[in-house]
Amino acid sequence: MPEREGNLEALGSLIQGFGVLADPMNIAYMFIGITLGVLIGVLPGLGGANGVAILLPLTFSMSPTSAIIMLSCIYWGALFGGAITSVLFNIPGEPWSVATTFDGHPMAQKGHAGEALTAAFTSSFFGAFVAVLLITFLAPVIAGFALRFGPAEFFAVQLLTFCSFVGMGSESPFKVLCAMMLGFALAAVGLDSVTGELRMTFGSVELLRGFDFLIAVIGLFGIGEILLTMEEGLAFKGKSAKINAKVVWETWKSLPRYWMTAIRGSIVGCWMGITPGGATPASFMSYGLAKRFSKNRQNFGNGEMEGVVAPETAAHAAGTSALLPMLTLGIPGSPTAAVLLGGLLIWGLQPGPLLFVEQKEFVWGLIASMYLGNIAGLIVVLTTVPVFASILRIPFSIIAPVIVVICAVGAYTVHNAFLDIVMMLVFGVVGYVFKKLSYPLAPLVLALVLGDMAESSFRQAMLVSQGDLAIFWSNPLVGSIVTLALVMLFWPVFSALLRKRQSRQDGGTQVIPVK
Amino acid sequence: MEHGTQNSDPVVSNRTMEIVVAGLFALVALVVMADSIRVGNGWGSDGPKAGYFPFYVGLIMLVSSLATLAVNIWRHSGERTAFVEKHQLALVLKVLVPSAVFVILTAFLGIYLSAVLFIAFFMHWVGKYPLKTILPVAILVPAGLFVMFEIWFLVPLPKGPVETMFGF
Repeated sequence: MPEREGNLEALGSLIQGFGVLADPMNIAYMFIGITLGVLIGVLPGLGGANGVAILLPLTFSMSPTSAIIMLSCIYWGALFGGAITSVLFNIPGEPWSVATTFDGHPMAQKGHAGEALTAAFTSSFFGAFVAVLLITFLAPVIAGFALRFGPAEFFAVQLLTFCSFVGMGSESPFKVLCAMMLGFALAAVGLDSVTGELRMTFGSVELLRGFDFLIAVIGLFGIGEILLTMEEGLAFKGKSAKINAKVVWETWKSLPRYWMTAIRGSIVGCWMGITPGGATPASFMSYGLAKRFSKNRQNFGNGEMEGVVAPETAAHAAGTSALLPMLTLGIPGSPTAAVLLGGLLIWGLQPGPLLFVEQKEFVWGLIASMYLGNIAGLIVVLTTVPVFASILRIPFSIIAPVIVVICAVGAYTVHNAFLDIVMMLVFGVVGYVFKKLSYPLAPLVLALVLGDMAESSFRQAMLVSQGDLAIFWSNPLVGSIVTLALVMLFWPVFSALLRKRQSRQDGGTQVIPVK
Repeated sequence: MEHGTQNSDPVVSNRTMEIVVAGLFALVALVVMADSIRVGNGWGSDGPKAGYFPFYVGLIMLVSSLATLAVNIWRHSGERTAFVEKHQLALVLKVLVPSAVFVILTAFLGIYLSAVLFIAFFMHWVGKYPLKTILPVAILVPAGLFVMFEIWFLVPLPKGPVETMFGF
C-alpha cells in the first residue's frame, strides 16, 4: 500500500532528523531558545512573534538548521510562558492564554497554583505532541501533493488563508479586510520585481526598500503592547507558586480523567492552526466545548482543572500545527509562523513543497526538534516557574523602558537603518489604536509577509490565462479551494442570516455568539 | 476592558475614533488606487502592469473602510464608551513621549548612551526610584547589550561620540 510506504518513509526521515539533533550545539540552542521563549512569553510587550523577530538578525551567522531550531524553541517557550502569567497573575501573557485565566487563576487563588500550572504545562505538551505527530505524517503527503501545484493553485491556497481570517475572526469582517489590505498595500511599496516600476514611493529614497514586516511586527506587537499595558495602569499582584515533585505527580495522576477534553482540544487546535484561525480562537472554542460537555459545567470559571486543560491543549496544538502549512505550502498559519517564514527566506530557503525535496536535513531536523523541544520545554517550565514568576514581580516602570530599548535594538539590526526605529514607533501607535478598535493584527502581518508571493502567483496565473479569472475554476482542485475560500469570505453573511432565522424560531431568545 | 470604576473624563469617544480611523483607511485606499492607476492598473504588452494587483487591494480597502464608516455614522452606540480616558492618555503619553525622545537621541548619541538616559529618566519620572536602584539597571542593561552585540555577535549598533572616544 502506498500510504503505508509513505508513513515508513516519514519515520525513516524523522530518524535522520534526530541524527541532526545529535550535535550538542543544537541541543544547547534548544535549551537557550526555550528559556528565552518562556522569558519572552512572560514579559509584557514581548511575545512569540516579535521576540522571534528581534532575535532573527542574531541568527544570520548561524547555520539555518541551528537557527530554526533555536527560533522555533523560542516559539514553544513563549507558548508555555503565556500560561504562567495567566495562572499566577490573571494576565494573559499571550492572547491565546486568555481562556486559561478563566479557571487557571481561580485555582491559584484557592492555593492550587502548582496544580493549575502542572495541568496547563502538561496539556500544552499533549496538544503540541498531537500536532507534531500530525506534521510528521501529514507534511510529506501535503508537500508531495503540492509539488504539482501551479500558480493558480498557490494563489487559491493563499486566498483561502486570507478568507479564513474573515470567516473565522471574531472581529468585524470589514475591519479584517481593512487590516489585511493595509498589509498588502504596505507589501507593494517599493520596487516591483516584475516590471521594475516604483510603486507608492512618492519620490522618497527611504521607501525604496519597502516596509519590512519584521519592523512592523516589533512595532505592532511590542511597542503597541507596552502602550496598552501602561494604559491599564498594571500593577502585577500575583500568587506565588510552589511546584514540587509531589504536586506534579498528584496532578499527573488526576489528568487522565480529562482525556476526552484533551483530545477534543487537540483536534480543534490542529484544525484551527492549519486553517489560519489561529491559537486564540482555538483556545476559546475548546474551552466553550469543554464547558458544554463537562459534568462539572457549573464549576467552570471557579477553578476547574478541565477548564485549564481545554484551552491549553488547543492553543498549543494550534500554535504547533500552524507550522504545517508554512513548511509545506509556504503559508504561515500564525504571525509567529510568518516571522519564521521570513527567516527561512532570509537564509535563502524557499518554503514550500520543494523544501521537502531539496532540504531534507533541514526539514526533518526541524520536525525532530519539535519533539525534543517540547519535552525540553516541559522540563524547563516545570523546574523554573518560581524564577519566571519573580521576574514578573519586577515593576513595570523598570520593565517598560528596557523592553522599548530591546525593541529598538531589534528594529535597527534588521537593516542597520535608523529610520526603521522611527518606523517601529509609528507601528507601535498604529498597533495600539488597532487593538483598541479591534482591528486584527494577524492578517495585517500575514499579508505583509505573503503580499509579494500572493501577488506574483496571481500575476502568473493571470499570465497563463491571459487575464481570464476562469482559471481559478479550471480544474476540480483549484475550483474547490477557491469556492471554499469564497464561502469563508462570505461566512459572516451566512451566519448572520442563519442567526436571524434561528432567533425568530426560538422566539427571540438571545443567541450568544461563540467568540 | 472595564474602566467604569474609575472616574475620568473621556478624551475621545469610541465612535469618533472609529470614524477617524475608517476615514484614514479610506484615504490610504485612495492613495493606493491613485498610485496604481499612475503605474498602470491594466494589461500591458507583457502581462499585468505593476498596478494591476494593488489597485484591487486599494478598492477592497476603500469599500470595507466605507462600510465601517457608515456603520459608525449610523449607529450611536459607541458614543458613550470612551476610546481613551484622560488619565489613560496621560499614562500612554508617559511612555510614548520619552520613547520618541529616546529614538531621536539615538541618532545623535548612539543607542547605548541614549538607552542609559532613557531608562534612568523613566525610572526616576514614572517609578520614582532612588538613585541606587536606577543606576545599576540603567547602566547594566545597555552594557549587557553592548557586550552581546558589539563583542559577542559582532552586530554593530548606532554609536555616538562617547563610544568613538573609547575607540569603538
